[in-house]
Amino acid sequence: MTNALKNKLIDNAFKVFGIICTLFGLVILGILIFNIAEVGLTRIDWNFITSLPSRKAEKAGIYTALMGTVWILFLTAIIAFPIGVGAGIYLEEYGKKSKWANFLEINISNLAGVPSIIYGLLGLEIFVRAFNMGGSILAGSFTLALLILPIIIVSTREALKAVPSSIKDASVALGASKWQTIWNQTLPASIGGVLTGVILAISRAIGETAPLIVVGALAYVPFAPSSPMDEFTVMPIQIFNWVSRPQHEFAVNAAAAIIILLLITFMMNGVAVYYRNKWQKKIKW
Amino acid sequence: MVWRFIIETNGRKKLNGKMQVLEKQQIMTGSQKLIEEKKTIIEARDVNVFYGHFQALKGINLTIKENSVTAFIGPSGCGKSTFLRCFNRMNDYIDEFCLDGEILIDNNKIYWNKIVVEELRKEVGMVFQKPNPFPKTIFENVAYGLKIHGIKDKTYIEEQVVKSLKDVALWDEVKDDLKKSALALSGGQQQRLCIARTLAVEPKIILMDEPTSALDPISTAKIEELLFDLKQKYTIVIVTHNMQQAARISDKTAFFYMGDLIEYDDTKTIFTNPKQEKTQNYITGRFG
Repeated sequence: MTNALKNKLIDNAFKVFGIICTLFGLVILGILIFNIAEVGLTRIDWNFITSLPSRKAEKAGIYTALMGTVWILFLTAIIAFPIGVGAGIYLEEYGKKSKWANFLEINISNLAGVPSIIYGLLGLEIFVRAFNMGGSILAGSFTLALLILPIIIVSTREALKAVPSSIKDASVALGASKWQTIWNQTLPASIGGVLTGVILAISRAIGETAPLIVVGALAYVPFAPSSPMDEFTVMPIQIFNWVSRPQHEFAVNAAAAIIILLLITFMMNGVAVYYRNKWQKKIKW
Repeated sequence: MVWRFIIETNGRKKLNGKMQVLEKQQIMTGSQKLIEEKKTIIEARDVNVFYGHFQALKGINLTIKENSVTAFIGPSGCGKSTFLRCFNRMNDYIDEFCLDGEILIDNNKIYWNKIVVEELRKEVGMVFQKPNPFPKTIFENVAYGLKIHGIKDKTYIEEQVVKSLKDVALWDEVKDDLKKSALALSGGQQQRLCIARTLAVEPKIILMDEPTSALDPISTAKIEELLFDLKQKYTIVIVTHNMQQAARISDKTAFFYMGDLIEYDDTKTIFTNPKQEKTQNYITGRFG
């Protein structure tokens, strides 16, 4: 066998290996979706979405959990967005060179690695008890905001970093202050990336269960929440609750709820991808 | 009687002075007329620049007159861009940058603590090597400088935008597309837009860091042409690697080598009769 032929063989072998690696995760996800859809798809109707929880499986719906999730997401986004983006801007644009910023940076990476249950305990101690919020939506949102902050900070920094320094130079050379440059040039040019990061972080927050259980989200909440101080439940907790019941009908409910939860997540990711692409197309340096 | 005598003598002295200048004028040609008589606008006194332990500029003394074009030439890494960026303090953001000595613009020490850097940069505009328009509309690009300096009068902003675009001979090409993205323009148009953007805030000095090195010959010619017009209103300092360009456009040329200012003289002298051997070698292409 000639050397060229051998190289070509290795080339092709690696290509096949790469395809298998890529498909691995996708195939598993496909099996999961197929399985769940088979069980739960027929259970989904308007009643299922608008019904309150019930002890009877066929009457039970996800309304309270869905509303809880929507409330939690909304508040988490409102809390985490300004804090995360602000911290990202500070680290990327202002505190780049100091030892203090270095120290902060390392610790933010550490934060990203802290298990979510620990955040739950932190939330319990600080928001639920010290700030006296009780097991409310607000306490849950603050806890989740804390959890996704590192993701938002890191993605904000990446987006800001992608703005070429020539743009900043041009602004500064015209006599713009640092903040004017950030506000008028750097942020508008990177807002697509920043928002993508925020959406992805929030879609991660959707699936979080452990910290909310610790904070006090209940499995059974008879009414949909109407204010941030109400007690609440969220979709993953509802699913967990149904799965742990012995009756088969509840497993069907769980599958149906999973489909809806996945749909919400995919939709948010879709929006993120859409904006990322749109933003990339718009700005070519 | 004594008083009158003194006045007469003074008068005669002045006359002599003028006659000397006239003689000098006849020797000098075209754009070099009267340059020695103009007001000094930039003055560097014993400027040393360090990046950490590396000394980028070594004791530079140089004065630049108003309404002139001064070219900085020299091989890469000789410190000419560093020196240019000292005039609007763009080096402030570089780690371990340290300047010793004094730079005066309009007789103000610009490295004095209490100077407002943003105000300085309004007076001393800059055009960069690669065209770097903002990813906004053409109009917004030019209006940006005015807006950040707190100007809200819309009619004034519009007037300035039109005037600046006309000054860089871009108006006829873009007057119907002011709302279009500046990134859609060609490289040469983008660079002229960047110049217009600088002109809009009405600086006294325009620094240009190899403004044509990323452009094709036709765009380059257009910008060189522009410099002749701009000189009437502004003082221009330009860094260039293109020796012919320096010879074509500048009144004065400074040759830098390894952080030293080797020679600074009328462009004609530098290119026809340099006093230093290094200058001679460089402009004839023997090194660099």
